[in-house]
Amino acid sequence: MIKLFKYLKKYSFFIVLAITFVTIQGILNLYLPNLMADIVNKGVTRGDVDYIWNVGGKMLLITLLNISSAIVATFFAAKVSMLFGKDLRSMVFKRVMNFSLNEIDKFGTSTLITRNTNDITQVQTVVFMLLRLVALAPIMSIGGTIMAVSKSPKLSMVLLVSLPIMFVAIYFIAKYTMPLFRSMQKKIDKLNRILRENLTGVRVIRAFAKTEYEKKRFEGANDDLTQTTLKVNRIFALVFPMIMLIMNFTTIFLIWIGAVQVDKGALQVGDIMAVMQYILQIMFSFIMISIIFIFLPRASASAERIREVLGMESEIKDPDKPAELKKKGEIEFKNVTFFYQGAKEPALENISFKANPGEFIGIIGSAGSGKSTLINLLLRFYDVTNGEILIDGINIKQVSQKELREMISLVPSRPIIFSGTIEENIRIGKEDATEEEIIEALKIAQAWEFVSKLPEGIKTKVSQGGTNLSGGQKQRLAIARGIIGKKNIYIFDDCFSALDFKTDSRVRMALREKLKDSTVIIVSLRVATIMNSDKILVLDNGRIVGIGTHKELMRTSKVYKEIVSSQLSEEEIA
Amino acid sequence: MNDREKISPKKQMGPSGPFRGVVEKPKNFRKSFMRLMKYLKPYTIPLILVFSLAITGTIFSIIAPKVLGKATTKIFQGYLAKKFFPNAKVDLSGIMNILIKVGVLYGFYALFMYIQQYIMAGISQKVVKKLRTDVMEKLTRLPLKFYDSKTHGEILSRVTNDVDLISNTLNQSLTQFITSIISIVGVTIMMLTISPLLTVVTISILPLSIFIITLIVKKSQKYFKLQQKSLGTVNGHVEEMFGGLVVVKAFNREEKSIKEFEEYNNELYNAAWKAQFISGSTMPLMRFVSNLGYVIVAVAGGIMVTKKAIELGDVQAFIQYSNQFTQPISQIANIMNMIQSTVAAAERVFEILDEEEELPDPVDAIELSNVDGNVKFERVYFSYRPDKKLIEDLTIEVKSGQTVAIVGPTGAGKTTLVNLLMRFYEIQGGKITIDGIDIRKIKRDNLRRTFGMVLQDTWLFNGTVRENIAYGKEDATEDEIIAAAKKAHAHHFIMALPGGYDAVINEEASNISQGEKQLITIARAFIVDPDILILDEATSNVDTLTEKYIQKAMRNLMHSRTNFVIAHRLSTIIDADMILVMNEGRIIEKGTHKELMEKNGFYAELYRSQFLGAYV
Repeated sequence: MIKLFKYLKKYSFFIVLAITFVTIQGILNLYLPNLMADIVNKGVTRGDVDYIWNVGGKMLLITLLNISSAIVATFFAAKVSMLFGKDLRSMVFKRVMNFSLNEIDKFGTSTLITRNTNDITQVQTVVFMLLRLVALAPIMSIGGTIMAVSKSPKLSMVLLVSLPIMFVAIYFIAKYTMPLFRSMQKKIDKLNRILRENLTGVRVIRAFAKTEYEKKRFEGANDDLTQTTLKVNRIFALVFPMIMLIMNFTTIFLIWIGAVQVDKGALQVGDIMAVMQYILQIMFSFIMISIIFIFLPRASASAERIREVLGMESEIKDPDKPAELKKKGEIEFKNVTFFYQGAKEPALENISFKANPGEFIGIIGSAGSGKSTLINLLLRFYDVTNGEILIDGINIKQVSQKELREMISLVPSRPIIFSGTIEENIRIGKEDATEEEIIEALKIAQAWEFVSKLPEGIKTKVSQGGTNLSGGQKQRLAIARGIIGKKNIYIFDDCFSALDFKTDSRVRMALREKLKDSTVIIVSLRVATIMNSDKILVLDNGRIVGIGTHKELMRTSKVYKEIVSSQLSEEEIA
Repeated sequence: MNDREKISPKKQMGPSGPFRGVVEKPKNFRKSFMRLMKYLKPYTIPLILVFSLAITGTIFSIIAPKVLGKATTKIFQGYLAKKFFPNAKVDLSGIMNILIKVGVLYGFYALFMYIQQYIMAGISQKVVKKLRTDVMEKLTRLPLKFYDSKTHGEILSRVTNDVDLISNTLNQSLTQFITSIISIVGVTIMMLTISPLLTVVTISILPLSIFIITLIVKKSQKYFKLQQKSLGTVNGHVEEMFGGLVVVKAFNREEKSIKEFEEYNNELYNAAWKAQFISGSTMPLMRFVSNLGYVIVAVAGGIMVTKKAIELGDVQAFIQYSNQFTQPISQIANIMNMIQSTVAAAERVFEILDEEEELPDPVDAIELSNVDGNVKFERVYFSYRPDKKLIEDLTIEVKSGQTVAIVGPTGAGKTTLVNLLMRFYEIQGGKITIDGIDIRKIKRDNLRRTFGMVLQDTWLFNGTVRENIAYGKEDATEDEIIAAAKKAHAHHFIMALPGGYDAVINEEASNISQGEKQLITIARAFIVDPDILILDEATSNVDTLTEKYIQKAMRNLMHSRTNFVIAHRLSTIIDADMILVMNEGRIIEKGTHKELMEKNGFYAELYRSQFLGAYV
């Protein structure tokens, strides 16, 4: 947590202001009971009405000052903590945008999202609390103690008893409830999991006529959760009455001791009330501190997670003096080997091949054979471990990532569509595309058929995650986005698999014509999709086990033949 | 699983209430509130106990300061007496008596509050548990239509977040509401008994505090709403950009996405600091009001004491009362909003409880035994939406042991027939029969058990492999399970898992591959040994070797049964006894491969495009 605070430095001035005003607020807070005591001691007992008016006026003035400084302090605290949150969010986001897939793999997307959102909210909330309370509590407790003792050391002795009791009480409650809270969270998760399974698996559950069983499973988890929550709530039922009890008995003892002291002539009456106010203030500030201590562990865990992201440097960096590409589209892999971080076996081993503009290259292989890895290396989402990848004869490490990716268009295997209109999504491929171009791209991707039927056509809004589109529709939009721009290299990473054979073949037929001057790489699990490529790469366990045309491979590659026979009927192979 | 739950901004912003979050308004407060109250009805007696304890406790806590004030008065009297007669004594024994009384009052107050909270915790948990059970029971009776029309996140949030909110409110706010009202009334009465004049002075501050509260609530609501909205935008953007990072990078969109983020982030900041500032100013402002009261009471009280119109102890008591006066007022404002949000949450839960259920089985429903597997669709009509006709006048006859292949492009509605056969959806005309019996006359569970289903969506639950295979047959023996796994070609890889049949499939089922999942679902179907099989052949993301196993396993499973296959393989299609060709939700052609080829229609084109596709 502390380590993150260095990003607060530029707001030092605001922070100093916030703390100053909190301090003023605290001191004024402490001054009020003093005045109250004066009214009683010097005003009421002497019957001096003018004095009472005088001091009363003072009290009001101080109250005004008190709340003004509190509000000013809140203003700065809110500004600083929210600026802090904003900065952190922005820093984390920029950092992640610069990550290569290596770093993304290390963290995982979902935790990065949490780190960029919830974790930061968590931290900024605690900073806000700290700024407002952290100065106030010590001033109130220390100042309060000094004031109380100066009024009457004897009366203040009460603190020696009530504070420890308060501490012990809070400590034990925290000690018993914390583990219960954790187990409660686990049980909530379990209940949610069962429910989610029931939602996702509703067809299977009904098909197997297992609703009764599922009901029982849910009931078990429900019961378990209820029991634990009940325990927690019953312990918590104790908190408020207990604190009130301690406070109230403190007051009672104060008055008793006060009475004895007054009897001895050692104390003025007004002082009892003043000390009472101080002591209650002191106890309140301790309650406040303990609340902060409940929040702190969670926030510092969040802070640690944020720090991890900010501390991570992308391993892929642009060269200082980037070379320029000739923009033709010749690809060459030279003895490329790649290990995922921490992996013992290479994901790709000794890959060499060439591809030239005008060629259709097919890559086939079973899941896990390294097809997508090869694509990721070409786009430099990862750096090769050994060997080199050349485009137009230049090692891709020598050019800027921007320049490299400007040459290449990618249609990923998972269709990623962003929220916004269909038009905006297609435009990602070509910023200044005309409407005709967009429609043409949609037509080639066989997407126009459904887009044109939508009431708002290309202006139709896509919801986040593209949930209002089917998988095949998203895939076709992704293809349209991929082909609208004029690029030298086009990569279709297994993106035809969500399409049925008919649409698949129509799309490819259209592509043949449109992309005839570029280098085209098609990755697929389906033989039919790639069997007529100019060159087919057969990958198996990260190695190229065959390279050539369909006919050649049918003669030379056992793996290829196996794949083919598993997918096509005898009739088709022939 | 695609329905990763959205990060709910509400959850992050701490407790809701007028100063802290956004208040949602229910559509029909009265109705939903009364309905929620019905859940409390079984607890009428404990609730009466809770309320009487809360009320008595509050009254005690209201009386206590007044009694305590008497002690101060006695001290003051003694103090004054000492001034004139140095030997005078403070009435210590009298004070002791008073303090004991106060101690008892406070003691009982604490005890009552504790018992009250303790009972209330029990009631609220039982109510909430009942609510959850009701929702779950309801969910099991809802038709598939409901599930297909709502996102999982939406339903989940109602069972978790909404029910949680109800639980918290029942646990805390209900009694707080009552004690607050009692406090206000009680405190006013007590103040009046001490000094009507001072009471008038104190109450004159009331409009001021109400004014401040409404002002702040209004202002902060505006910014909290704005904050929630921009937080949603920021989170949405982060989710999208991180989730689609590959595309962002491939199309060089990093800078653009950062620029957009900065915009949203700035909006969030502007709303957030204002919301925090305004809600953070509540406490000081309210303190001003109460300090104003303090000063006024002190001054007025002081003057009255010197004029002997009131006793010092009463001034002290009065100050405590005036402090107790402002607090419950802001609390009530808070609770009112809590209750609003809660009723809105309850309303959402009730919406589920009010959904239309599946038709119950008729009383004379039959149980099938020894099914031959003759399936007939007779003049069946069906559509998902009234304005879009789908299946009209469909008649199919499938004889025992035959295989029906359903083919068509993506999104052609191939699962519709499955939905009808399994009675996930009800047909709107005609009838479907099994061995001549209308499926609507068969008990639903019995009907569904007649079918075995292997779907493309390989649903497994978080449990062991053994439990998952035995899902359809609880009393399956170890031998049966292993035999099913062997027939499904799953035994081998299961044995290779850490723990074998006891390996736990984790929540995302990410510890086994897609193909392996498929094999387990096949084993699951084997063990039931269904009379009729429904099969989705798609194995798009499976490697070749596993695919071969899956094919073999499926062929084993299909053997000697009536089969409905959503077909993706030519071998299946060509051998099928009947092919149903679907497009845009309708069955447009039916017949054998040969017949359909001769017809030279949609199917023929589809079929040829596969060859064509290979030669492009």
